[in-house]
Amino acid sequence: MTRLLARYAECIFWMGRYVERAENLARILDVQETFSRDSRGAHDWGTVLDINADRARFGERYGAPTAQAVLRYYVLDRENPNSLVSDIWGARENARTLRPLITTEMWVQLNVFYNRVLRLGVNDLAEERLSRLCSQIKDGCDAHFGITAGTLYRDEAWTFYELGRSIECADQTTRLLDAKLIAAAKRQDDDVVADASYWTALLRSAAGYQAFRRRHPRGVTQEKVTLFMLCDPSFPRSVAHHLSSIEEHLHLLRRQYGLKAANRAIEHLDGMFDDVDPMKVSKIIASGTVHQLDDFIQRSLIELTAILGRSFFGWPVEDPSREPAQAA
Amino acid sequence: MQNQMQTSAAEPDTNGWQGALRGYDPGIFYCEMLRSSERSAAIARVASKLDTISLETLRARAGDAETELYNLGITFTVYSDKDAIDRILPFDLIPRILTRGDWQHIERGTIQRVQTLNLFLHDIYHNQKCIKDGIIPADLVLGNANYRKEMEGLDLPFGTYVHVNGIDLVRGRDGTVMVLEDNARSPSGVSYVVENRHLMMRAFADLMDGVPVMKVSDYGQRLHQGLSEVAPAAIDEPQVVLLSPGVFNSAYFEHVFLAREMGVPLVEGRDLFVDEDRVFMKTIAGRMPVDVIYRRLNDDFLDPEAFNPDSMLGVKGLMRVYAKGNVQLANAIGTGVADDKAIYAYVPRLVRYYLDQDAILPNVETLICREKPALQQVLDRLDQMVVKPVGESGGYGITIGPKATQAELDDQRAKLLANPANFIAQPMIDLSVCPTLTDDGIEPRHVDLRPFAVTGRSTWVLPGGLSRVALRKGSLVVNSSQGGGSKDTWVLGEDVR
Repeated sequence: MTRLLARYAECIFWMGRYVERAENLARILDVQETFSRDSRGAHDWGTVLDINADRARFGERYGAPTAQAVLRYYVLDRENPNSLVSDIWGARENARTLRPLITTEMWVQLNVFYNRVLRLGVNDLAEERLSRLCSQIKDGCDAHFGITAGTLYRDEAWTFYELGRSIECADQTTRLLDAKLIAAAKRQDDDVVADASYWTALLRSAAGYQAFRRRHPRGVTQEKVTLFMLCDPSFPRSVAHHLSSIEEHLHLLRRQYGLKAANRAIEHLDGMFDDVDPMKVSKIIASGTVHQLDDFIQRSLIELTAILGRSFFGWPVEDPSREPAQAA
Repeated sequence: MQNQMQTSAAEPDTNGWQGALRGYDPGIFYCEMLRSSERSAAIARVASKLDTISLETLRARAGDAETELYNLGITFTVYSDKDAIDRILPFDLIPRILTRGDWQHIERGTIQRVQTLNLFLHDIYHNQKCIKDGIIPADLVLGNANYRKEMEGLDLPFGTYVHVNGIDLVRGRDGTVMVLEDNARSPSGVSYVVENRHLMMRAFADLMDGVPVMKVSDYGQRLHQGLSEVAPAAIDEPQVVLLSPGVFNSAYFEHVFLAREMGVPLVEGRDLFVDEDRVFMKTIAGRMPVDVIYRRLNDDFLDPEAFNPDSMLGVKGLMRVYAKGNVQLANAIGTGVADDKAIYAYVPRLVRYYLDQDAILPNVETLICREKPALQQVLDRLDQMVVKPVGESGGYGITIGPKATQAELDDQRAKLLANPANFIAQPMIDLSVCPTLTDDGIEPRHVDLRPFAVTGRSTWVLPGGLSRVALRKGSLVVNSSQGGGSKDTWVLGEDVR
């Protein structure tokens, strides 16, 4: 049987990541619009810029972070590599390369989805329509995930797809958490630590509010929410859950597909599990250094991607600092 | 249904049509539906059935079909400065139908032509007997830009150079099918043949009911089989790959289609490398050897070491491996000599020379402008001739005398005088027509036909082909770059009169 082309492995890895990134961004924009007014009723759209570390790049082109400017930047701006239209474009371009590999159903959905996103204009960003727009994006992403799960043949390609998704979603979860923590630190006078609605917004953006409520019927605190998002293995957007998923797929590569090169990644992953041990994380929360932990996890995920790149995608070994090419 | 009642209430026209075909008049041209109906009850039935469908229904179905093509991404990409625009090849849902008898004739003629081209290519890259025997001028072959010295003396399995061939056929006013052009390099369009059929089966299944149409869906398997046959004999399950220039190529959809239908990897030059006289591809499990490359890349770009040193699309050292016989390329390098417009004129003589047979499919009468008497004939009746530059494809640079302005004719005359060897000229052919859905109802539009032949050990012709249609009223240019569309092509499995 023909082995998977290295380039295809990388493309499908990034296809999953791009859709995951788009979905997370839509969630963030939606929640920002709906739930993150402060006690004076004002929006802080700068938080979204912090999540993506985009303040400088944004400021150069748009100036002050008004709602309209931030939305334009994150929904319509093709020059912003982190915008919705860029994400869906990236997913669709990778899918175009992968067409001999993926199902027609997957391709058609992404193609139609992309063409719909292309038609979005400034009018769609109006406050009263934004929530609907975000829902459409989330629906499109979820349709992609569902169609993929329902139709894609389970071989190495599926494994790399799932690895890409899990790495991206774990990364997004830490960014989301981090941005809230930074914003909270800036607004000490509002007593955000005790402000349940502030943490509720965070949970909603990660689709975790109902699950959290079932798990913790009483009290929404910063500590509980942080633990939930980093360490609860049953919450499908938590870092711990994604690490388990990554582990499962790396073992598939090694055992089922006989790819010994997966060992390097497995070793690296073992270390990461320690980082999200609930006891350790509780201590970190108490000492107020969650931001550093988030940073560390993000760097570990970037290194994991680089290990996959060198082991399977044909990235040059001598240049470990290479920026991810993000395929097509 | 309401619409049908309205149309059936109308008075039949002089030909007895009272529905969608009411008023349809092919004029002096051979009509692929009406004239072929005389030899096939099945085609006559399709015409009658078509006539019972209202124009509104046809238009609605055509709209659905185009949306589906767009959503499926069955598109070619047009690049402007800033954007990449995906366009579909316009699809006309009224099929072009060939009788069993017509098809057998075309099939035999196509096989004969492919045989001849392969024998010719083997000859010019070995003993060059056809030149020594005076059948063809030496400079036409050796001075041809597509002649590859690197191929001299190289033996190919079964003497097959042209593994995939597409011949452009046209039908004249009297119904004679003639060869307009050979395509022996990388003929494209076969994906539309198969996809058009899929589309047709969804959009217009009722029209196909009870019609014995031959299937086209096994093209990929046939192609894979043909390519596997030419692999080095010792290999049990040869690794075939399709080499594409990549997603930015306008025919990328077709490359995807073919790779998928063959079940082989779609690779780019960067996925392959040469080591120790073998070609390998880069996989997640390391290097894997490659035995046959179906390349959709011109000779120039194949190997920066042997050809264009600036090519980023090819594989360095590929020619060395090829010369050793450790990899097979389809089509072979250097086949461009055989489909040159100047060589075309000699093909009927080559058929006689190599096979001792008459050409089953005649050429369109062709004047070779490099020959002085021919040039004079062309200049004398330029307003009646179609003049084509020999090096171009895709319908570029053609002057159609009867349709040209005086300024265009003067321009062409100057070009002819400046460089006569660059041109051939043919009389204007009254291409056959096919009923086609237009804004003004069903009207005759000119069509051609490109059948596809796959050759490994022997030649197989896909029963069907790409029927291209000139959608502009009166236009004879069917190329997609010049306002052409396509139709599903049905070959009947049997003829019942």
